[in-house]
Amino acid sequence: MTGEPLLSVRGLSVDFSTYGRRSQVLRDVSLDVPAHRHVALVGESGCGKSVTMRTIMGILPTPPARIVCGQILFDGRDLLAMRPRERERLRGTAMSMVFQDPMTSLNPVFTIGDQMATILKYADRRLGRVRGRRGRMARIFEVLGQVRMPDPERIARSYPIMLSGGMRQRVLIAMALLSEPRLLIADEPGTALDVTTQAQILKLLKDLVEDRGLALLMITHNLGVVREAADYVYVMYAGSVVEHAPTADLFARPSHPYTHALIDCVPKLSGDTAFRGIDGSLPDYTAPPAGCRFSPRCVLATALCDRPPSDRPVSEGHLAACWHLAEAAP
Amino acid sequence: MEFFYFLIRRVFWSLLVLFGLSIVIFVIARVMPGDPARMAMGPRASQEQVADLKAKMGLDKPILAQYGQFAVGLLHGDLGLSFLTKRPVNHDIAETFAATFELVLATILVAFVVGVPLGVVAAANKDGWVDNLVRFFAILGAATPSFLLALLLQVLAGYVLHALPTTGRVSPDSPFTADITGLLTLDTLLRGNLGGLSDALRHLLLPTLALSAATIGQIARITRSSMIDVSTQDYIEAVRAFGVPDRVRMFKYMLRPAFVPPMTIMGLEFASLLGNAFVVELVFSWPGMASYGVRSILQKDLNAVMGVVMISGVFFVVINLMIDVLVGFIDPRVRIRGARA
Repeated sequence: MTGEPLLSVRGLSVDFSTYGRRSQVLRDVSLDVPAHRHVALVGESGCGKSVTMRTIMGILPTPPARIVCGQILFDGRDLLAMRPRERERLRGTAMSMVFQDPMTSLNPVFTIGDQMATILKYADRRLGRVRGRRGRMARIFEVLGQVRMPDPERIARSYPIMLSGGMRQRVLIAMALLSEPRLLIADEPGTALDVTTQAQILKLLKDLVEDRGLALLMITHNLGVVREAADYVYVMYAGSVVEHAPTADLFARPSHPYTHALIDCVPKLSGDTAFRGIDGSLPDYTAPPAGCRFSPRCVLATALCDRPPSDRPVSEGHLAACWHLAEAAP
Repeated sequence: MEFFYFLIRRVFWSLLVLFGLSIVIFVIARVMPGDPARMAMGPRASQEQVADLKAKMGLDKPILAQYGQFAVGLLHGDLGLSFLTKRPVNHDIAETFAATFELVLATILVAFVVGVPLGVVAAANKDGWVDNLVRFFAILGAATPSFLLALLLQVLAGYVLHALPTTGRVSPDSPFTADITGLLTLDTLLRGNLGGLSDALRHLLLPTLALSAATIGQIARITRSSMIDVSTQDYIEAVRAFGVPDRVRMFKYMLRPAFVPPMTIMGLEFASLLGNAFVVELVFSWPGMASYGVRSILQKDLNAVMGVVMISGVFFVVINLMIDVLVGFIDPRVRIRGARA
């Protein structure tokens, strides 16, 4: 992790107001995505991964959400301080997003080609680029080829219902690639698909990072995927990053009790057959614990944990926010 | 190609529906209490005269033979004689149908042109004051009986303001007759008779308003909820993340999928308006088929009742077939599944 990262989230806090109650969903989230790197953000459902991603993309509905503080630096410029128009210009062009569910993320009543052409048309317009209809279609065929779709012309003429889930997921990736973004944010890509198709999709994303020099921020709860593909991992719990490390290091020396528990939750094919979960559930975001948010579920929790822990180094580039690091290490 | 199969299937089912309808209406007409021949001849006619008429109408034959006669006539466009007007039912219907059709068509057009934008505006301002206003008037419109509205409009526009005619399709002194399509507005337009057109429109306005209020409310509500439903779909968030402007998102990506429920409702409304128009027709002395049908039912004029029901049925089926085709055109899922199923 050297040099200026392409995307740098600094101290991001986001609240939600629902029915007059304020939920403190994100607390002081910081993460870096360097250019040409594959970074994973893991955590269980409801821990704030998707909110983080939507905040970065600028598609979080505000209200009910409110960005309390923090910076999102993209290429050194703060997205949150930009004028809306300026930010619009980046969305879908310099930074783009791959949606999670291929069955529901494509408009059912337009052909793939039509949907892609519309996206490209307005992306071109924002960038002040001139490209005719024919030029747009050529670009669409090219991108469909890049995601390894056979017969792009036929795909472009198809409606989503005519394609399989895996093909639709490829189309969603192609849509994100239309304007050659430098940063791709993928929200649990392929989780809605079967395992083999998911593996193909993940391989495709990995190749795109390697061949096209994209930076990829992937959101997932699948540790197997992380281990397989990511360069660097952020572990999130209840709206905060609890541990982050280079992938190999994280799996070799998981240091936060939550990371431990998360890794233990993965059922293994051999040996240990007893399935272990984590007792308890995510805290109430309207009244979260004052100190470490994981402490109510943590086996190591002591009075010390009533104060918010700060990042403490485990090794080079590996930090964990826990008061009991020494005990947690295996 | 898949669209062609979709169409064939729909036409086939439509014909089956009409066949079923012909049986149902025939049976209902035969089991209704009371003797139609007696009703037609009046209480002072002799037993022989009534029997004579029965024989002439074929009412003394076995029921299957009667149905056969009815079905064959139907296929030839012959609906028999009306006991009441002593004229062929198809003549009566031909005269009155165009009036009702014109009224209903105008009503549907107004409901669509007013209702859909209202629904879209309401959905775009969900829970805002515009939305509340639209919802209030939509419910008010749907809940107000059409005869009440008809009378109010008649009193207000006709007797208080003296702005619009309150009865009939044309002014009494107008020499104009609808002789091309039967629709006065269309025929006057085709003949380039602008005076006649404005006269026809002025007569059409109040009945249309009275009849359309409920349908406007209905369509506005359906469009609103359909738009809101679509707005929460993943594909709408997706195009936002791809930077497609709000305006395009709203009118292209949302409106088209959201269009299907209001279209379907419109098809159903069209058919029910053909029958329900009679209240408005009576208030405005509109010489339509709906009031003819109600009169026939009250007088037990069997052939006329069957004729009106069959014609309404044919229109219901044809309109819904058209709506199906349009929906299939809007939403490829319908025609692809329709062809496969």
